[in-house]
Amino acid sequence: MGYSFPEEVLEHVFSFISLHTDRNAVSLVCKSWYEIERWCRRRIFIGNCYAVSPGIVIRRFPEVRSVELKGKPHFADFNLVPDGWGGYFYPWICEMARAYPWLEEIRLKRMVITDESLELISKSFKNFKVLVLSSCEGFSIDGLAAIAANCRNLRELDLRESEVEDLSGHWLSHFPDSCTSLQSLNMSCLLSEVSFSALVRLIARSPNLKTLRLNRAVPLEKLSTLLHRAPQLVELGTGAYSAEIRQDLLSNLTEAFAKCKELEGLSGFWDVVPFYLPAFYSVCSRLTSLNLSYATIQSPDVTKIITQCPNLQRLSVLDYIEDTGLDALSLSCKELRELRVFPSDPFVADANVALTEQGLVSVSEGCSKLQSVLYFCRQMSNSALTTIAKNRPNLTCFRLCILEPRAPDYQTLEPLDHGFGAIVDHCKQLQRLSLSGLLTDRVFEYIGNRAKKLEMLSIAFAGDSDLGLHFVLSGCESLRKLEIRDCPFGDKALLANVSKLETMRSLWMSSCSVSLGACKWLSQKMPRLNVEVIDEQGDLDSRPDSCHVEKLYVYRTVAGPRLDMPSFVRTMNQNPAYRR
Amino acid sequence: MDQTRSTLDLFNNVDLTTELRLGLPGSDGKPENVKSSLSGNKRTSSEMGSSSCTDENESRYSPPTKEQVVGWPPVRSYRKNILQVKKTESEMGSGMYVKVSMDGAPYLRKLDLKMYQSYEELIKGLQVMFKCVIGLYSEREGYNGSQHVPTYEDKDGDWMLVGDVPWEMFISSCKRLRIMKSCEARGLGEFV
Repeated sequence: MGYSFPEEVLEHVFSFISLHTDRNAVSLVCKSWYEIERWCRRRIFIGNCYAVSPGIVIRRFPEVRSVELKGKPHFADFNLVPDGWGGYFYPWICEMARAYPWLEEIRLKRMVITDESLELISKSFKNFKVLVLSSCEGFSIDGLAAIAANCRNLRELDLRESEVEDLSGHWLSHFPDSCTSLQSLNMSCLLSEVSFSALVRLIARSPNLKTLRLNRAVPLEKLSTLLHRAPQLVELGTGAYSAEIRQDLLSNLTEAFAKCKELEGLSGFWDVVPFYLPAFYSVCSRLTSLNLSYATIQSPDVTKIITQCPNLQRLSVLDYIEDTGLDALSLSCKELRELRVFPSDPFVADANVALTEQGLVSVSEGCSKLQSVLYFCRQMSNSALTTIAKNRPNLTCFRLCILEPRAPDYQTLEPLDHGFGAIVDHCKQLQRLSLSGLLTDRVFEYIGNRAKKLEMLSIAFAGDSDLGLHFVLSGCESLRKLEIRDCPFGDKALLANVSKLETMRSLWMSSCSVSLGACKWLSQKMPRLNVEVIDEQGDLDSRPDSCHVEKLYVYRTVAGPRLDMPSFVRTMNQNPAYRR
Repeated sequence: MDQTRSTLDLFNNVDLTTELRLGLPGSDGKPENVKSSLSGNKRTSSEMGSSSCTDENESRYSPPTKEQVVGWPPVRSYRKNILQVKKTESEMGSGMYVKVSMDGAPYLRKLDLKMYQSYEELIKGLQVMFKCVIGLYSEREGYNGSQHVPTYEDKDGDWMLVGDVPWEMFISSCKRLRIMKSCEARGLGEFV
């Protein structure tokens, strides 16, 4: 067939296709589309940095401008992945520095990035614009200083929730006076003080600054100074929201907030002194996003705020909001899409606040656009879950954490199988689900049968036997990420579903009943999976095959076993060449 | 090596379709799968019993107390830390112990400011604790006439005379107390 579009036309058409999944589909059509597509792909997303090597990526996609990488498994957030596990960015930056001189954007999540890497970034890419380090670690203020000093066109520097070694250093002053391109700065995770004068000067010469998230060390007394310099802000994260009670301070702050006519998102709010809350009431009617999850203010104060926010779409809050506050939310915030309620006192068995399942039920009734829920509470019932499911069939993300492991329906003392079954039954678009409470294998049968769009599932202290795991692996067609802890799932389910594992990004199982022998067998059977056993007791070689492994992380890869494993991580690939 | 191979062979020979029955617990009367226990107690799955290699594994499935369970509930460390700090601060609020030193005394004492409702009570308490005489406060003269003068360090690190500010403000800003000898305290009195 000689008939085909000219390459340039195809390339132009492809330029309108941005979703990674669509791009991948395009590349599978035929060889020439594959070729054209790979030359014009500008953004790549790698959900598991060990699934592929930098070399392979660069060979296939030579003209990339934006890279997004994820490293450690999600359970690393809860200290289940030991330090030194991996997720190093260095090998990537080494090769990208050479291969992608025009790289503009780097976004990393749960990776280890050193000051050396940051310096390499700052010196290798003339047009570097965006650096997002989400839940990363391994670097210090020195690395940030290098970025500030050398990236002439920096647009976005976002350190969300990263762990930064804060040796005292005034890195902000490393931004040259000529740098006026900053649009977004998120330094909320930094523990130590920044030079306030440098901050003010930076903000004053950044007319396009839309997002500014301060760290806790920036005192409230200085906030109005910053706001006066940046009235165009769309998103603001305050520093500590406390000061001695002074009427003049309140007036100044109120005036400063009133000048911010574009403000749509607020966060920060550490150490709140309620006296100062009215300062930002003038922006409430415009707010679409509000993060009060560090604000230890009581229900009446929270309620006072949210009842003034009719356009609120995303709310994060502590359980101090209580059921009454959530009732108010359900009446006032009809645009709510996402709700996150965090526990104020997670390690105490008895409830310190009047927050129950009823709060969530109210919100599910009143907020018809609610799609995403993260809810920590101390009691739940099947009837509440069923009501929530019927009210909100449009849920796409449902993460429920009942604080006590294996807690039953508090009314009937039965397992919560039916409740979660109702969730997956009614919410046909559900993509993400986290389970908690007392659950038998039955809930997994429901999930396997009904949750056809489910992509990510988190399970803890649940199930009775391998059957539970088997239902999930054999039933959930769209499953990409499965993370399990402290469940009696063992070898049988795993080995009956080996080919499923190649269709998923990753599987995590810790404190379960998987044997070392099964891991070895799995690894032999499936060469395109990395079967990694994490075991900190140190004598894996001398253990019998019947022994249970502490932690198992299985992921598909085209890069073979990784070479940067610490001593407590072993791949089960039998080839001795891969063992350190 | 031989042992490894035969163990792995075990997995090859297992007929997984019959091992994993699709019936649910209790559906055909055979108790191969366990019933869930309502109180969440230790499971007794036969699989676990045969394949665990140490006692440690079995104890893993007993209901963990909150202190023992790593990573549960799933709250990120920085969030936990913030709340911990807040908790400590509020705990301190409900029992405000400050150090008290007296010039010449060999060791310091600790005092709960919340035990007192007024300066009068505090001074009385100090007098009892240190067996000294502090006397009465006057705005103009301070503690003139007594051998000992109560001072405190405030939030800004400055040493202030006890009694100048309202009681509530004093409580919230007092970091520690020091009973000075009146001869040394003369400087403070002059600024009153």
